Amino acid sequence: MHEPWSGLFGRYVNTSFVDLLRQEAPDLLTLPPSAVKPAPADAHGVLGVPTGTTILALRYADGVIVAGDRQATEGYQVAHRRIEKVYKTDEYSAVAIAGAAGPAIEMARLFQTELEHYEKVEGDGLSLEGKANKLGQMIRMNLPMAMQGLVVVPIFAGYDLRRAEGRIFNYDVTGGRYEETDYTATGSGGKDARNTLKKLFRTGSSRADGIRWAAEALVDAAEEDVGTGGPDFVHGIFPTVKVITRAGFEDVPEAEVRAQCEAVQAARRQGR
Amino acid sequence: MPLPYYVSPEQMMKDKAEYARKGIARGRSIVALEYQDGVLLVAENPSTLLHKISEIYDRIAFAGVGKYNEFENLRIAGVRHADLKGYSYCREDVTAKALANAYSQALGNIFTEGLKPFEVEVLVVEVVDDANGKNEMYHVLYDGSIEDERNYAAMGGQAEEIRRFLKEHYREGIPLAEAVRLGIRALTVTQNKTLTERDLEVAVLDRKRERRKFRRLANGELRGILGRPDPPEGSRPMGTS
Repeated sequence: MHEPWSGLFGRYVNTSFVDLLRQEAPDLLTLPPSAVKPAPADAHGVLGVPTGTTILALRYADGVIVAGDRQATEGYQVAHRRIEKVYKTDEYSAVAIAGAAGPAIEMARLFQTELEHYEKVEGDGLSLEGKANKLGQMIRMNLPMAMQGLVVVPIFAGYDLRRAEGRIFNYDVTGGRYEETDYTATGSGGKDARNTLKKLFRTGSSRADGIRWAAEALVDAAEEDVGTGGPDFVHGIFPTVKVITRAGFEDVPEAEVRAQCEAVQAARRQGR
Repeated sequence: MPLPYYVSPEQMMKDKAEYARKGIARGRSIVALEYQDGVLLVAENPSTLLHKISEIYDRIAFAGVGKYNEFENLRIAGVRHADLKGYSYCREDVTAKALANAYSQALGNIFTEGLKPFEVEVLVVEVVDDANGKNEMYHVLYDGSIEDERNYAAMGGQAEEIRRFLKEHYREGIPLAEAVRLGIRALTVTQNKTLTERDLEVAVLDRKRERRKFRRLANGELRGILGRPDPPEGSRPMGTS
């Protein structure tokens, strides 16, 4: 039925912000596949767009820790030294992004708006599972772009208030969603970070231990993978670390991350 | 074929306005008060699930009186408007003024073109980050007319009486607890009853909060505020509670 006010606000009747965009402003969503030309690659098959690299998440006693390095790489060049790869999506969840930086940051922003929109319209937030599924759909929406090389693979982590525990979700490029029980890492240095976490991880650890392991994993990734930026004591650039617990989302202060990075470096200097 | 009755446009508008006003007068009232750290909204609303006061965006809140389904439509339209604008430009670009204008246009169109006007009044409130800045309160009526209010605003059946009461008792820069008690007193000014926390819906736009300034006051918190009576007039220094 056509309502008088619908002329102003559109005919949309749903609580999804993505659906609203599709109806009201499709140009703000991902381009259709026909509009995307294959990206020019150089002789090594490297795309000319900045890509983000190593991100990880792990569970600890009170919730989850999400961390990422700060470097964006464009081919063999460092494109940015200080980008943020971990975004607060609402009070109890965060998304960490790897892959083509532009679409990934845009996806994080859209996802954040989606969750807030739902919460405001419905008067109540989505379940953590619902949020994870929604992110999966958004990654699938990006599939045509991914086929052209603009791959976005995030990690989603949050505190599930109903189950009273932290949870971690991993995705593939088609939007496939996989829940991880302990830890996960993706991006170009993801495998190295995962190996480190595999050796260090213990269930139900303290916050300090968890942050230390995250720092250690990121240092390892930076040592093995050229695309990952390690802690930079010269410029004062350290990994982003966030913690999500029953009390909500929290930025780990830079001083604390720095201290953990120094501890990792000091141990290595002594050959341990 | 019978000829349609001729009704003068003037009469038609009068009838519509009267119809809308009657509908609104049946509803319970809402007051908004500027306090020390932002803007307080108090509504008489025994339901804990159907809200009259809600969050629209980071610094913007919405309050509606009258017919629930009608102001609920407006509220959702407002959230869409705000989220679309904030996503396509920047969060700071979403303003109460633009939203209030959109409401004014929508209600004005419905009033003139529709068979039945909306029986609602809405209030769009925006708080500024800067403590010395000016908060904004826009009051949009059923026919699309729009006013910007200072210090306090009232809507609903007893709005006139409440405004008169607040004109006498309101003072600038009051702390939250005092503002809550003043708001509740204002709501009961025409009624012979006391309101408890269960009959009330109370929310604030608190400029001290991070990004999202909107916060509902839970029953426990309200009970605490209502339990503490105001100190007698004149015995307290400004800005303390």
